[in-house]
Order: sequence, then C-alpha cells, then structure tokens
Amino acid sequence: MTINPDWYLALSVVLFAIGALGVLVRRNVLVMFMCVELMLNAANLSFVTFARMLHDIGGQVLVFFVLVVAAAEVVVGLGIVVAIFRRRTNATADDLHLMKG
Amino acid sequence: MLSVTWLIIALPLLGFAALATAGRRMGEPAAGIVATVMVGLSFLIGVGAYFDLLTVGGSPRSYTQNLWTWIPVGALQVHARLYVDPLSMTMVLFVTGISTLIHLYSIGYMKGDPDYPKFFLYMNLFVASMLILVLGSNMLVTFVGWEGVGACSYWLVSFWFTRDSAASAGKKAFIYNRIGDVGFLLAIFLTFERVHSLEYQTIFANLGKIGSTDITAICLLLLVGVMGKSAQIPLFPWLADAMEGPTPVSALIHAATMVTAGVYLLCRVHPLLHASSSASLTVAIVGGATAFVAATIACAQQDIKKVLAYSTVSQLGYMFLAIGCGAYVAAIFLMIAHAFFKGLLFLGAGSVIHGLHDEQDLKRMGNLRAYLPITFITFGIGWLCIAAVPPLSGFWAKGDVLDNTWAAHPGLWVVGIVTALLTAYYMSRLTGLAFFGHDRWSNEVPIDADTDMADAHHAHGAIPEPHESPWIMTIPLWILAFFAALAGLLDLSNNHFSLSNWMDPVFGATLFQAHLSLATEWALAITDSIIAIVGVVVGLRLWMSKAERPPLEGAFLRRSWYINELYDTVFGRPSERLAAFSATVIDPKVIDGGVNGVATLVRASGSLIRRTQTGYVRNYVLGIVFGTVLVLAFMLTRLWWN
Repeated sequence: MTINPDWYLALSVVLFAIGALGVLVRRNVLVMFMCVELMLNAANLSFVTFARMLHDIGGQVLVFFVLVVAAAEVVVGLGIVVAIFRRRTNATADDLHLMKG
Repeated sequence: MLSVTWLIIALPLLGFAALATAGRRMGEPAAGIVATVMVGLSFLIGVGAYFDLLTVGGSPRSYTQNLWTWIPVGALQVHARLYVDPLSMTMVLFVTGISTLIHLYSIGYMKGDPDYPKFFLYMNLFVASMLILVLGSNMLVTFVGWEGVGACSYWLVSFWFTRDSAASAGKKAFIYNRIGDVGFLLAIFLTFERVHSLEYQTIFANLGKIGSTDITAICLLLLVGVMGKSAQIPLFPWLADAMEGPTPVSALIHAATMVTAGVYLLCRVHPLLHASSSASLTVAIVGGATAFVAATIACAQQDIKKVLAYSTVSQLGYMFLAIGCGAYVAAIFLMIAHAFFKGLLFLGAGSVIHGLHDEQDLKRMGNLRAYLPITFITFGIGWLCIAAVPPLSGFWAKGDVLDNTWAAHPGLWVVGIVTALLTAYYMSRLTGLAFFGHDRWSNEVPIDADTDMADAHHAHGAIPEPHESPWIMTIPLWILAFFAALAGLLDLSNNHFSLSNWMDPVFGATLFQAHLSLATEWALAITDSIIAIVGVVVGLRLWMSKAERPPLEGAFLRRSWYINELYDTVFGRPSERLAAFSATVIDPKVIDGGVNGVATLVRASGSLIRRTQTGYVRNYVLGIVFGTVLVLAFMLTRLWWN
C-alpha cells in the first residue's frame, strides 16, 4: 500500500505550524527550544518527501546537514540556557529582554 | 669678495643663531658685542664687495650669485639668487654701516634690560632679513626679506610687551604691513601670470609681454605694498605707534632701513614704473600728500619720538615724490642722507630719553644743552640737516628732489616747498623745546588728558638731574653726525664718483632728466635756503623761551588728522559690530542651531525606531514569521500568474 505523498507534506506543514506557534506563544525557554526542533524536523520531513517524489537524492543528503547543524545549535543553545539558569531561577523568555532598545 | 656675497647675509644670521642658542649664557655685554661684531663683519665684506664691483665692467654692472634652486615646480622656477648691482650695493653698505653703529649704541642703551640678549637676537635677524630683501634677485626672495623685516619690526616694537600700549602698537604695525603685503603678493602673482618668471632682469626684458594696463596694475599693487612698509597715506598711522619700541629700534627700523624698503623696491622695479606714467604720477601724488600731511601732524606732537616718527613719514613722502617724478637717484640720495640724519636724530632723542630717565614729553625737557653737550651738538647737526640748511646733506638731498619735482610736476613742487618750511619749523620747535629755554624737567606737570602722553607708562613726578650718555652711545652719535653733515658730497656734482654716475648702469635711460637752466637751479637753491632759514628762525623764536602757548595747532593736528578715529569708525566699529553680530546671532542661532538640529533630528527618529527593539524574543520571531509568510506569498503569487 502506498500513501499519497501529499499527506506527508500536509503533516510537515502541520508540524511546522505547531512549532512556529509554540515559539510564538510559549514563554518557557526549553519548550521554545523543542518547538524550534519541531520546525527543523518538519522541514526534514518535507525534504525527504520531495526527495522521494522527485527521485533526487539531494533532498535526503540535505537532511543530514540539517541534523548536524541542529545538533550543533542544540549544544550552543542549551549551553546558553544552562548559563542563564545558573544566574537566575525560573527564567522565562520574556524576562530576558536586555536587548530592549 | 663678490664671490662671498652670501656671507653678508649669513653673518648676521649666524649671530642670530648664536644668540638664539647661547644668548642667555653670554649675558649682558657679550651678547651685544657678538651681535655688533657680526653686523660689523658683514659691513666689511660689503665694502670688499663694493671694491670688487667697481672692477666689474660692462653695462649693466652687476654680479649674480646663484645659491640653490628654491622652488622647482614646472614653470615656476624660483632660485635663491643674489643680485649685486650699484643699487643693491648702496643699500647693503648703508644698511650694514648704520646697523653696526646702532648695534653699538644699543649696547649702552639696553644696559640692564632683563631681555638684553633677546633684543640683539631680533636685531641681528632684522639685519639679515633686510639684506635678503635688498640682495634678492627675484620678487620672491625679496618678499622673504620683506616679511622677515616685518616680523622683526613686530617683535621689536612690542619688545616691552608687558606694557599694553607696546603690545598693541606691535600688532598695529604688523596688521598695517599685512594689508600692504596683500598688494605685493598680488603684484607677484600678476607678474608671474604674464611673464612666467619672477627674476627682475627677466621681467624687465619681457615688459612687452605684460601689456601696458597690466604694468600699471602691477605698479599700483606694488604701491599698495610699499604704502604699508614705508608708511604712506593711507597706511601711515602705524609708524607713530611703532615708537613704543626701544629707541635704537626706532632709529634702525623705523627711520633708517626698513621703512625705506618700499623706496628701494620701487627703485628696483623702475622699468615698470617708467613704462606707466599714470602709476608714476600716483606715486608722486601719494608721496607729496604724505609729506605734507605728516609734516603738519609733526608740528603738533608733544612726544619727542612722535615728532621724529611723523617727520620720517614726511621724508619718506619726499622719496616717493622723487620716485614718482622718475628721479630715482634723488630718492636714493635722500634715502641715504635721511638714514644718516634721522638715525642720528633718533639716537640723539634716545640719549635725551636715557638722560632724563625715560621721559619723552617735550614739555618736560628744556635747557638740555647745558647737561647733554655732546648730544646737543650732534643732535643739532641732525636738526640742521633735516631742516635743509646749506651746506649740510639735507639741503643737497632735498634740493635734488625739489629740483626734479619742479621740472616734472610744478604743482607738487609747491606742496614740497611748503612741507620743507614745515619741516624746518617743527624740527626747530623740537630742538627749542628740548635743548633751549628753562629746564622744565624738575617741575610737576599736570597730565594733559587730550594727548597720547596721558597713557604713557612713566609717572609724572620730578625727574632727577639729567646726565650725558656713556661713550658707547656718543661714539655712534659722532660718526653719524659726521656722515649726516657730509653726505651731501655724495652727489655734489656730476664727477666720476658721484651717486648719479655710480647709479647710471642701473637706471640708465629710465632716469628722469631735469633740464634746468643754471639760473633756475640757483633760484631754486636760494628759495630752498630761504625757506629753511625762515622755518628755523620762526620755530626757534616761538618755542625757545616758552613751552606753553595758546595752541597754534588744534586738536585736529595733535590727533593726526583724526586718521585713527576715521579708521576706527570706518573699519573698526563695523568690524566690531559684525563680530558681535556673529557672536550673538550667527554663532548660537545658525551654527549651533544647525549642529543641534541635526542631533535633534537623529534623536527623534531614533526614539521612533527603537520602539521596534523590544528585547522580547517572541516579537522577533513574529517578525521572522511575517517575513517568511510575505516572501512565500510573493513567490506564490508569481507562480499563480505564470
């Protein structure tokens, strides 16, 4: 049984939208982080889908790049988050608005 | 000796360098002696060069010494080059000769001054600059000397700069000179534009390239330049104020040498003047007017040095009158004679001031002949010289000028002869007040608020008994008196050694030839003599016995024709008002307003834009999302239409 690729794309869109909405509305830094990961993986899903649809291995290769970059980004990001939590307890994203102009 | 012409300039410069580095250590007499010796050596080399020049044949008799190429820029090739011809040689001899005497005199006069070495430092630099001016073979080298003497004049006039009047007199001298310098510079530019060279000889060889209108323009611009330097109408008031300087400075710079630089320059460019009769006439009129105006002012001055200052202006006017008539030799003749007798008069006045412990007010002198016999005799010779009493030098020199004026412009001759009468009168007034009559220096004198003496630095108490000056000051007086009396021999007749013959290679055909019959010459000479004697007798009779008279001369003359007030009203006040306007309106409103306006604009727009920088991550994310949606929407619509 083959599933129509459109469904994969639809799933990707839904995941991406959930991720984006999460980043926008949530205040917890860790949750926002997970939402960003969700968006990245939604993008990965669409890459793989298009690779299958168009018979182009390039899409799948790109997924690995995204994974590597995402892993590196997580390292840096979590490092910053840990550093922030060392200085203050219970920080939400809105508390960190030092860059206010 | 001609091959070491450069040494004539280098020696005073060396003296300047030595005094600049070690002047303080040399101390009181040594610094003055070093300076005097340097100038004296320079004079000796000048004498050697003179005898060498006599052996140079040909016409024009000249020697050019190329030192180095100063400005090699394309068409502008300026050489540091010296030019020795009878004209510059004459200048070198009398400049270094008189400088030596005045340096010697200064050793005595400046004794005890805290800035003794500094005085001689400036004096040596002045002599070097004056020699550069005289020996320069092109306009730019002359200009270097021209500016050098101007700067030294400024330093020396304001030598006692702790006195307010001296400091502002220095500034005044400098500013008036700068106004003139603009004219000189423009003349240089115009000449270069037309001839593409600044060498005098090249310019004279290419007069055709300039065109007659431009020749007149160059001459008039040069006239503006020399008006400043030689204190001619309308730029003459600075010379009276320049008397704030030490008296040897007044003698050297403001009587004998620097102020005659203008006369020298006009003689140097005589082919230009010869080619433009209108410019020559202007020079003559300026000279005649200056001679007369300054003489009238001199009649009313109360400060001994101010009388001499205006007398200098007046005599310079005579020289310009002669130049304007084309009688360049007569101008040079009067310049040399004047350098001797006016230098003598100033040094004599310095001796009087020295003897009276810095008193300069004529009404506080009197009967000094009993106390200062040497000064009296030498000063007396100078007085009779400038009054043009025969057979002293002033008679011959001024007579030469007046004869030529008679032949060229009889109208100006009348001005000249009236001025001669005034000259004899005011000099006799000065002598009568200072040396004859009762001694008034022991009296208390109320301060006369209407004269410049009111703001003089000295207290008006009784003065201790005057004393004759030391030998180091009287020796130069004797020497100058000797030459002042006999300088008339320089051009006595057209013998082989006369000034006219000596100068002939320089001026040649451009010289004005006054063809006067023997009877006319005798008539003129007798007129001159009568005028001089009448002036002397009237002046002495009026002023010998009494110092206080109902003012023969009004405040108009005492305040020098209100010329300072006029300049104050016409230039000073409007400038002050303009400055005040700039300070109260333009600066705070326009300039500060502009600067502050830009800052306000930046701050206002910044405070608008900074609202977008909230610091909340969600706002930035929203921005990114909106941006993405916009880009996607754009791409989709593009897709749709295709």
